[in-house]
Amino acid sequence: MSTSGRISIAVLGLGGQGGGVLADWIVQLGANNGFVTQGTSVPGVAQRTGATVYYVEMIPKTGTAQPLLALMPVPGDVDIVVASELMEAGRAILRGFVTDKTVLIGSTHRVYAIDEKSAMGDGRASGERIITAAKERARRFIGFDMDAAADRAGSVISSVMFGALAASGALPFPRAAFEAAIVAGGKAIEPNLRGFAAGFDAASRASETPRQARVDRAATTAAGLALQVRVDVKLPRAAHSFAIEGVRRLMDYQDADYADLYLTRLESLSGSADLVTEAARHLALWMSYEDTIRVADLKVRETRFARVREEVKAGDDQIVQLIEYMHPRLEEVCETLPATIGRRILASDRLSGLLGRFFTKGRHVETTSLRWYLTLSLLAAGRRWRRSTLRYQTEQARIQAWLDMVRTAEPDVALELVKCQRLIKGYGDTFERGLDNFNRIVARYRAGGLTAAAIAGLREAALADENGEALEVALAG
Amino acid sequence: MAERSFKAEVERLKAGEGEVFEGEGILAVTKALLQSGVAYVGGYQGSPISHLMDVFADASELMAGLGVHFESSASEATAAAMLAASVNYPLRGAVAWKSVVGTNVASDALSNVASGGVTGGALIIVGEDYGEGSSIMQERTHAFAMKSQMWLIDPRPSLPLLVDMVEHGFALSEASNTPVMLELRVRACHMTGSFIARDNRRPPLTVAEAAQSPHRDTSRIVLPPANFQHEVEKIEKRWPAGIKYVQDHKLNEHFGTTHDDIGIIVQGGLFNSLNRALELIGLSDAYGNAALPVYVLNVAYPLIPDEVQAFCAGKSAVLIVEEGQPEFIEHELNTLVRRADLNTRIAGKDMLPRSGEYTADVIRQGVAKFLRAHAPSRAPEELPAPAPALPASAVPQRPAGFCTGCPERPIFSAMKLVQKEIGELHVSADIGCHLFSILPPFHIGNTTMGYGLGTAGASAFKPEGKRAVAIMGDGGFWHNGLTSGIGNAVFNQDDNLTIIVDNGYSAATGGQDILSSKATTPQRSTNNPIEKAARGVGITWAKTRTRTYDVAGMRDAIHDALTSPEKGPKVLVAQSECQLNRQRRIKPQIAKAIKSGQRVVRERFGVDPDTCTGDHSCIRLSGCPSLTIRANPDPLRQDPVAHVENSCVGCGVCGEVSHAAVLCPSFYKAQIISNPNRADRIRQRLRGWVIGALQRRAARKLAARAF
Repeated sequence: MSTSGRISIAVLGLGGQGGGVLADWIVQLGANNGFVTQGTSVPGVAQRTGATVYYVEMIPKTGTAQPLLALMPVPGDVDIVVASELMEAGRAILRGFVTDKTVLIGSTHRVYAIDEKSAMGDGRASGERIITAAKERARRFIGFDMDAAADRAGSVISSVMFGALAASGALPFPRAAFEAAIVAGGKAIEPNLRGFAAGFDAASRASETPRQARVDRAATTAAGLALQVRVDVKLPRAAHSFAIEGVRRLMDYQDADYADLYLTRLESLSGSADLVTEAARHLALWMSYEDTIRVADLKVRETRFARVREEVKAGDDQIVQLIEYMHPRLEEVCETLPATIGRRILASDRLSGLLGRFFTKGRHVETTSLRWYLTLSLLAAGRRWRRSTLRYQTEQARIQAWLDMVRTAEPDVALELVKCQRLIKGYGDTFERGLDNFNRIVARYRAGGLTAAAIAGLREAALADENGEALEVALAG
Repeated sequence: MAERSFKAEVERLKAGEGEVFEGEGILAVTKALLQSGVAYVGGYQGSPISHLMDVFADASELMAGLGVHFESSASEATAAAMLAASVNYPLRGAVAWKSVVGTNVASDALSNVASGGVTGGALIIVGEDYGEGSSIMQERTHAFAMKSQMWLIDPRPSLPLLVDMVEHGFALSEASNTPVMLELRVRACHMTGSFIARDNRRPPLTVAEAAQSPHRDTSRIVLPPANFQHEVEKIEKRWPAGIKYVQDHKLNEHFGTTHDDIGIIVQGGLFNSLNRALELIGLSDAYGNAALPVYVLNVAYPLIPDEVQAFCAGKSAVLIVEEGQPEFIEHELNTLVRRADLNTRIAGKDMLPRSGEYTADVIRQGVAKFLRAHAPSRAPEELPAPAPALPASAVPQRPAGFCTGCPERPIFSAMKLVQKEIGELHVSADIGCHLFSILPPFHIGNTTMGYGLGTAGASAFKPEGKRAVAIMGDGGFWHNGLTSGIGNAVFNQDDNLTIIVDNGYSAATGGQDILSSKATTPQRSTNNPIEKAARGVGITWAKTRTRTYDVAGMRDAIHDALTSPEKGPKVLVAQSECQLNRQRRIKPQIAKAIKSGQRVVRERFGVDPDTCTGDHSCIRLSGCPSLTIRANPDPLRQDPVAHVENSCVGCGVCGEVSHAAVLCPSFYKAQIISNPNRADRIRQRLRGWVIGALQRRAARKLAARAF
């Protein structure tokens, strides 16, 4: 607050988050409580999902003199910053709006920017860094997941932010005055007041909602117990968590024998704990490759139906129908057939051409209908003869070759080779691109002279773009 | 129907003498027009003036009641040409648009009206889109005012002053027979505040009455010899009259002390920022009581030589705070000071940055530098800049992009798929939301040359083999694209493809109706198909796809157009309603239907986290805000999984894209049926029995082989 008693408030948010509504409430609040108040915003395309700033200034009414209020926040001269998202709080800090005179009220949830979302791997910016800076820079930082709070209250984030602002005490008005502004606004009063109360309470507690701790699940069957014991005895401690998860995954994917094969393979890697740990992760992922059987199996599960109902927020009195977007190509279908048949069809142009016609279009599969549910269940039941499928044979051969290569490599190189499995993921074109990148790196390695760091560099390059340009350059270099 | 409704606010425009009017800048302007007895109003939408057009539209009934004619002009040129009504008749008229782009479009008409001069007050309200949030090139309206000789008002941000300036603008225009421009900076349009209202005034003469008794004066028409006479009039008559009015009515203001060795001259629109800067240095307070003289140019053009001379006399240095470039005011000040033979040093761009927005912080630094050079005893202490709390790279950029469920996105997804087949295309982009295609994740578009000029921008490309693609919006098409793009392509026998994005509104500017809009409104003629118009100017290869969300269909249509053996320009109209407007339209309807017990099916999409492998191909092809990522729930996987938020409107693009691109089976569509009917319930019960039993059996088996 300046010597004149003026209070400046910047609201940073994304277009569509209701920052304008919040700014309007604040303007109302000031104007109705003895302050000359002015709000401004930037209209236009910034509001199409971009970042935008609303700005309010208020100063106590005294006499007839007209105060001059600024139209945008000045770095170093903002009393209150309200940010509707963690990176927007970061942007406020970056722009110098947050200083030791500032109360920073920020939601800690993330709305990912397009660059973060579209990365081929993990492109997320560090939220920890923003929270640390917020605590360091602001006079006070009130941060909690306002999006989740709005969700729980069946409201919108703007009302939660308004509630947090009221609870912060940064404005010299009682709670009732804030609520009056919402009522005066006249829109969705009931849910807005609910959101306001949720924001007020959460900010009064001003603590993060505790994160759920991960629990290592204990074995529930005799076979599971036996494998668990084996993990405990034969594998380094660091690898236990991944290995247990791997065993659990592969028993779910196939059966105990398959999990047994997994552990046998892991045990054959006599390397550092690091190597075994990473191998425990990547081997499990590779061995649980996503074939049509697996996809069908996951789609029809009871737990999945329940998860979807929860995710789409279906009420008890609402019916939910599920339609899948599936696009099995002839390749995937043949791969699920017994190896000899599948191979023969794929090898024959005539047969491929004939059958391929049935698999050129994507299908809308209504899993909740009896017909498709039964079809998918039948497909899922194919798990029993998975070992005879073409895909199984192909993948086991690839896995074997990969493990053989890892076994003969220098320890640090071996670790990087293990991590290259990360490139193989997805379906259809995506899967083929990933596998191709993996193979190119392996081929380069086999040609000789690659250090561990070089392999890591190639892996990063493979994840840099979709067209393989960065990898091309890296391989040439 | 526009994005934002001002119906409630417009009621306040009826406020009478002495009432306190509270509202935004644009409402204050509208109120001021009505108080000024304006006879006609027109304009073209575009930020930051869009909402002014929306206010006009929502107030059209009120205006009609006062005998004021309002129309949404087809373009800024149309709006400017409308001012012709003030040439022969004492009619006050106001037009509005986004500057400088709108002023570019309007400049032919503006030159003409400025040459012949006006009898009735002609006011051009321009929203100056410069600085933060701006989406256009960095030019100044000031140049147009200078070249055509129109007066430019740049009011200090204060609603009472803004209202006064509108009225003075008309009077100034009439006193000097010159059109007057009123420049509103971005944030001033939406600045809230209050002023004391006066009664609305009916125009003394309405446009209808003027048309009843035509009056003709050929000396007002730009044709020899009149045009030469106009130049003489401008210099000898209108200029002095304008200066006299500004001076007599003290439109420019003085703040701070009267005598000093130094002083500051500032554009009116920047005054509040300057005052805040002075306050931070300790040279002013919250009420503008500056410790040095400040001369505020509410009229930025022309400068008033006597006032400038009086202000500069006796000062060793004066700082001019002038945003944008070239620094026209600084040049003119130097000339005036020289002519007056004063020894005052004019400082300006040597103290302040040559480019960029003049925020209070920038001005603070500029003023500090000025003080250090010319009044060191009053200069603030030079403090080292505090270390940044975060590196810039810590916060990701957040460019504007297509909204959730935007129907334009699938067009570009389809283009990406076509490019995978036939290679990179040259794409001439246009102005509108579709220009977001140049950003991630699409990276489509080579150039953009102006509104409605997508096709014209591709006209130099005469393909042999691979055709170029032009994009045009429906807004741009009706603005001028039909003639400057499509007609030109027909005439010059182009062989390129134009994709016209027909989303039912002038969407980027806030959802105003246009000729091809689907809504029917009593005041306008809509539902005029774009394809029909294109065929009307000679297009033979024209197709309309009515659902852009059908990505495979869009892909095939584009592919067809690019590979068809037929020569000649091709037009593909891609139709689907702007989702922002659609949601605004249907949300209340749906809520009402659910409440009244009607069966309603809501659709939304989702991603199964256990089949998603975290490659994000879907995001790279779609880019929908509701399609995002979240931490992978799978402890073995490192990359975040795709995730659809509940804001999903069920447009279906993500599913279609994953289909068309053969991506992955993780997408599902959920149909959520509210108030299910009898048939729904019976079917559901049956399914529940069978599927439920099978699922329980499967779960038991799974548990048996589980870990």
